[in-house]
Amino acid sequence: MKMDSRIRTLIVDDEDLARQIIREMLQKHSEIEIVGECSNGFDAVKAVAELKPDLLFLDIQMPKLDGFEVLELIGNEIAVIFATAYDEHALRAFEVHAVDYLLKPFRAERFEAALELAKQRIGKKMPASLEQLSTTARDPGQYAERIVVKDGTRVQIIPVEKLDYAEAQDDYVALASQGKKYLKQQTISSLEFALDAKNFVRIHRSYLVNLERVTRLEPYGRDTHVAILSDGARLPVSRAGLKRLEAFLKGK
Amino acid sequence: MNPILINSRRLALYLSAWGPICAIVLYLFVSLGGLTWARAAALGIPLCLIYAFVCLSAWYSCRTIPLENSGAWLAHLAGALVASLLWILIARLIADLLSATPTFSRLDQQLAGVYRILFGTGVLLYLLAVALHYVLLSNQAAQEAAKREVEARALARESELKALKTQVNPHFIFNCLNSISALTSSDPATAREMCIRLGEFLRKTLGIGEKSQIALGEELELVHAYLSVEQIRFGKRLSLEERTDAGVLPCLVPPLLLQPLVENAVRHGIATLAEGGWIRLEIMNGSPEKLSIRIENNFDPEAPRRKGANIGLKNVRQRLDTTYGNRAKFDVRTNEDQFQVALELPAEKSA
Repeated sequence: MKMDSRIRTLIVDDEDLARQIIREMLQKHSEIEIVGECSNGFDAVKAVAELKPDLLFLDIQMPKLDGFEVLELIGNEIAVIFATAYDEHALRAFEVHAVDYLLKPFRAERFEAALELAKQRIGKKMPASLEQLSTTARDPGQYAERIVVKDGTRVQIIPVEKLDYAEAQDDYVALASQGKKYLKQQTISSLEFALDAKNFVRIHRSYLVNLERVTRLEPYGRDTHVAILSDGARLPVSRAGLKRLEAFLKGK
Repeated sequence: MNPILINSRRLALYLSAWGPICAIVLYLFVSLGGLTWARAAALGIPLCLIYAFVCLSAWYSCRTIPLENSGAWLAHLAGALVASLLWILIARLIADLLSATPTFSRLDQQLAGVYRILFGTGVLLYLLAVALHYVLLSNQAAQEAAKREVEARALARESELKALKTQVNPHFIFNCLNSISALTSSDPATAREMCIRLGEFLRKTLGIGEKSQIALGEELELVHAYLSVEQIRFGKRLSLEERTDAGVLPCLVPPLLLQPLVENAVRHGIATLAEGGWIRLEIMNGSPEKLSIRIENNFDPEAPRRKGANIGLKNVRQRLDTTYGNRAKFDVRTNEDQFQVALELPAEKSA
């Protein structure tokens, strides 16, 4: 067997013993090559970029970034098996197209089944599509408290209260926060879904705005308006956007 | 039983109120009935004393007929008529007895005026007694309601305390079992040790919730049992500094006061720090009647937020509140990457 035909696997968990049991269960599989282990979310994002693994064992509650944030930043070309003690994220895990969801502690047979699924997924090489990006999912009733963006090799964390507005740019969104802009590969609709609709309003097909930042509205042309933000930014407001915005401002 | 009869002080007060009534009755006997003061007194004083007790019978009718009943006053009026007729009969009896003595001879023939007086005042006094009993009854009802409310509140507080004595966090157990599962092949001795420590911790948590207070020493044993399990899970990532003043161990505290706070420090502190962190536990009694407890830990302020921190803190705060009221203090402080909970409570030792 050629070396490069093996499945490159990365284990991400903050507990030594939790990584150890996965390593142990993988040992008898000659088709698996463990390329690295990480104990926090930042290291995991970096390791994925450098080591290009095919398969990821991923804990959810970790230092720095949680498992879902890691997944957001690495895209969904990599087969991911979640391993966690928490069952409440299972639904969200499948929405982000995880291969499987292992509940700790797991038995060897369950682990083997997950691995088998992962191998099938890797064999098919499912193409990644933007619509399937992981950010479309969240736990029911829970909204994102922060947005993670890959900024070169660094990971930038933007708390949602510091997000001024988001602008759709082709396959990306530009996130404006504290005078800076960050590009993230995500649709504006999925970002809108992840954020609490009480604070963020879609004022235009291409714009999502933090209500706290809107200082006033001015008419612009015949049918449209422009929203002026506290930092002076001017964003177009469509007719439908104006209705939504007015409904919110009235409700406040 | 009539509330006036069962309480000697109340009975004395009631009878002393009859003093002026008796004086009025005697005056009426003299001025309207044409009796001498001596004869009026001989007849009137025993009559009043007896009628004071007759009027107490209003208690039974008042209790069976609530004031809201439309026919209540009619029924009491009938009762008043019966009572005053009874009074007249008694007057007749006393007068007959007194007439036998030479001092009060022919008293029985002077009663015509007295009957009218007795009938009028008898009805009036009985109705007054009815009013008095209604006041007493409503008073009693109010007191009972207040008592019931206090009892209900105590009951609610107790059930609240029970609810607050939360179960062991299941995810803690799942993660421990996962660690044990990993250790069984790589380090069976440590796996066994972890089973034993987890068992000890769980056993200590078992009965503890039912108690209202435990010795601080016992609570600390629970904390140590918990941390000894987490120590295997987190290894070098978990470091503990502890300072406990001698003599605080017998102090009584509500159970599960410290363990949830230490568990918080692990979940929201140590677990957020890939390189590890510290927990500092200080228990001092600077003054002999006060217990100061401080739990500090460092954490990663940039870590994703985990659910449940506020619930644990809220529980401990409420438990302190229900046990000590404003005699305890609870203070939470966050300073950059450090988190601190400070408790102050009365140092009570078992007798």
